[in-house]
Amino acid sequence: MDHFPLSWGRPRNDAVDAYGTFPIQQRPNHGQDTFSSGIQHTQQPIVTGTSVLAIKFKDGIMMAADNLASYGSLARFRDIKRLHAVGEHTVIGAGGDMGDFQYIQSIMDELMIDEFAAQDGHALGPAEVHNYLSELMYARRSKMDPLWNAILVGGFKDGQRFLAFVDLLGTTYSASTLATGYGAHIAQPLLRRAVEGREDTLDAAEAEKIIEQSMQVLFYRDARSLDKYQIATITAEGVKISESRKLETSWSFAEGIRGYGAQTQ
Amino acid sequence: MQHVAVPHAQPQQRQFNPYSENGGTILAIAGANFSVIAGDTRQSEGYSIQTRYAPKVFRLTDKAVLATNGFAADGNMFVKKVRQRLEWYRHAHAKDMPLRAIARLIQTMLYARRFFPYYVYNILGGIEEDGSGAVYSFDPVGSYEREACRAAGAASSLVQPFLDNQIYFKNQTPAPGTTHPAHLPLSHVLSLVIDSFTSATERHIEVGDGLEIYVVLAKGSALQGLDAIQGLSELTTTDDGERMFVIRRNLKRD
Amino acid sequence: MTSIGTGYDLSASTYSPDGRIFQVEYANKAVENSGTAIGLKVKDGVVLAVEKLVHSKLLVPGANRRIQTVDRHIGMATAGLPADGRTVANRARDEAANFRDVYRSPPTLKSITDRLGHFVQMYTLYSSVRPFGISTILGAVDKDGPALYVIEPSGVFYGYHGAAVGKGRQLAKTELEKLKLAELTAREAVIEAARIIYLVHEDAKEKEFELEMSWIGPETNGLHVPVPDDLLKEAEAKAREALESGFE
Repeated sequence: MDHFPLSWGRPRNDAVDAYGTFPIQQRPNHGQDTFSSGIQHTQQPIVTGTSVLAIKFKDGIMMAADNLASYGSLARFRDIKRLHAVGEHTVIGAGGDMGDFQYIQSIMDELMIDEFAAQDGHALGPAEVHNYLSELMYARRSKMDPLWNAILVGGFKDGQRFLAFVDLLGTTYSASTLATGYGAHIAQPLLRRAVEGREDTLDAAEAEKIIEQSMQVLFYRDARSLDKYQIATITAEGVKISESRKLETSWSFAEGIRGYGAQTQ
Repeated sequence: MQHVAVPHAQPQQRQFNPYSENGGTILAIAGANFSVIAGDTRQSEGYSIQTRYAPKVFRLTDKAVLATNGFAADGNMFVKKVRQRLEWYRHAHAKDMPLRAIARLIQTMLYARRFFPYYVYNILGGIEEDGSGAVYSFDPVGSYEREACRAAGAASSLVQPFLDNQIYFKNQTPAPGTTHPAHLPLSHVLSLVIDSFTSATERHIEVGDGLEIYVVLAKGSALQGLDAIQGLSELTTTDDGERMFVIRRNLKRD
Repeated sequence: MTSIGTGYDLSASTYSPDGRIFQVEYANKAVENSGTAIGLKVKDGVVLAVEKLVHSKLLVPGANRRIQTVDRHIGMATAGLPADGRTVANRARDEAANFRDVYRSPPTLKSITDRLGHFVQMYTLYSSVRPFGISTILGAVDKDGPALYVIEPSGVFYGYHGAAVGKGRQLAKTELEKLKLAELTAREAVIEAARIIYLVHEDAKEKEFELEMSWIGPETNGLHVPVPDDLLKEAEAKAREALESGFE
């Protein structure tokens, strides 16, 4: 009996060891992993979320993401949560592979429980969470087995706002407005025009208006988006993630577009 | 064995690409008793500006500054690891690592990843133990040399020829009976740096937003007009050692 | 003691002729020498309290905690060897994390106690190891409401309404039995727990002690956290008051 499970499941080599009598250590395939060819690394995202938006405002950070997880061009899951609270001071929001994101959520939950159990009077804030995630994402990309996400980390702790980005390559950056995926192209310019220079004066209502308008533009323009979305607000009071809400949109203009509405000629 | 042409399309293999290119440009110039290390602060990917402020120039010790350019995630991780090594050195030897030793350390660390390189061009600037200003430049796998000046990154092909002409006096003939100076004064160098970046900002889409210029002065040297520069702040931590300054300026944001 | 010199007490893997395992009984002695720990399961929560004997004035107040957090909603208090307490707490955390990993939901206290009981029992089987010198009180508010268990050095565990382990357990149990535990709120239980710890301490005339208390209830959002300072102060003041009036 060969007691090494890794060398099971391989046809015996009659030319070398016809009767299986060789000492195990000297067998031709000893020490090789039979199943190594079965290990696959992520090559592409499967079930995906689209943009996440976030801005700084007077009292903290506001972040938004819709509730859709697409399977290619199919709007597969329409009630997915892409904003996730990490502790009392931080929210992470992700685009990209939703399976990977839910895995990241479980890692962060476990981390926060470990920290809670320590009862040492220290709580991880958004900066620590962001750095942890950037190390995680960079380590996975360096194994050529990335977690296929672009993540925004927003938070408020000790009177400080925090907003930063990290993606599947481990790339990080920070700015007063951030957007992932399609939103980086469509919404980011709108957010910059509305927010830059006004970070310390915008109130929550104004910030919400800006976010809402940008989500609306994204829904009009991004074919992988949904009109159902959530907003997270992180301030000195802590984390608040809203219930799902509906975007107000009007499509009556579409009737006049050639190739969309009833054709007149 | 016959070779048969396969008429149908081959199966495609899509491979994860672990690298990206985040734009920006860095530059360093060594003087007789100073060193200037600069970089813009824009970080981009393709046509998107990711942020207008992501530093690419990092203070390592009281007399060493490292600028990194290329793939930002690699750059930041590399700087983190270099700083870790410098801290261990401090704990072991109760002093800062000398500049030329940092340069060799960086080459060793880069070459250790020869077959999965840090996609980063490094320029190290600072003051040597003999008090002279120095610049070391590296390629991503660790080839390095000490130079008087070096530009790297997105606009290096624009800036380096300018530096060759203005610092090394390439294609310039000295007036009869004179020679080109071996070292330029600090104020002159700073003008060249600022002009390099404003020009690169005009002509290269990945350069702009902000400029950070680190200046390290050798022990006991005068300010040489540095105090007149706008946007200057001092980072020096000791009274009797090298002095370090940073100049922060705006570049065009378009 | 009858066990000494017989040779049957040298290993946890050896029975005595009358079917006892002396190493486990010695472990119980380690618990009996320790400051008292109690747990109260009440209407809407759980309270843990420990009489932490301070063996040196040089110790920093709050050091060497004997109440530890296992999961958001699970806490434990130990009596016995403090180092063993930390080992068991670490194992409990691993088990709780593993439960969440497998079932994607917060563990019930019963499931964690069950696993920990097995863990502790494994240390009563082999000659190469020593049984844990602690009794562990585990408290939680889980999906089935408040829960309280005690694991003994043998690995056996029971569920309780009120539990006491360590030096003053007899008196503490007597006091716990007088309470209408099912009618108390967690806040009221904090006051009672402090009183009982002060009482058993006074009874034993021991050295200095620190009262360590934690609770889980509606006021903590279902989290296992230390009793807040102001409530702790209030409970201690009332405990001293009750002691003084009791002596008159």
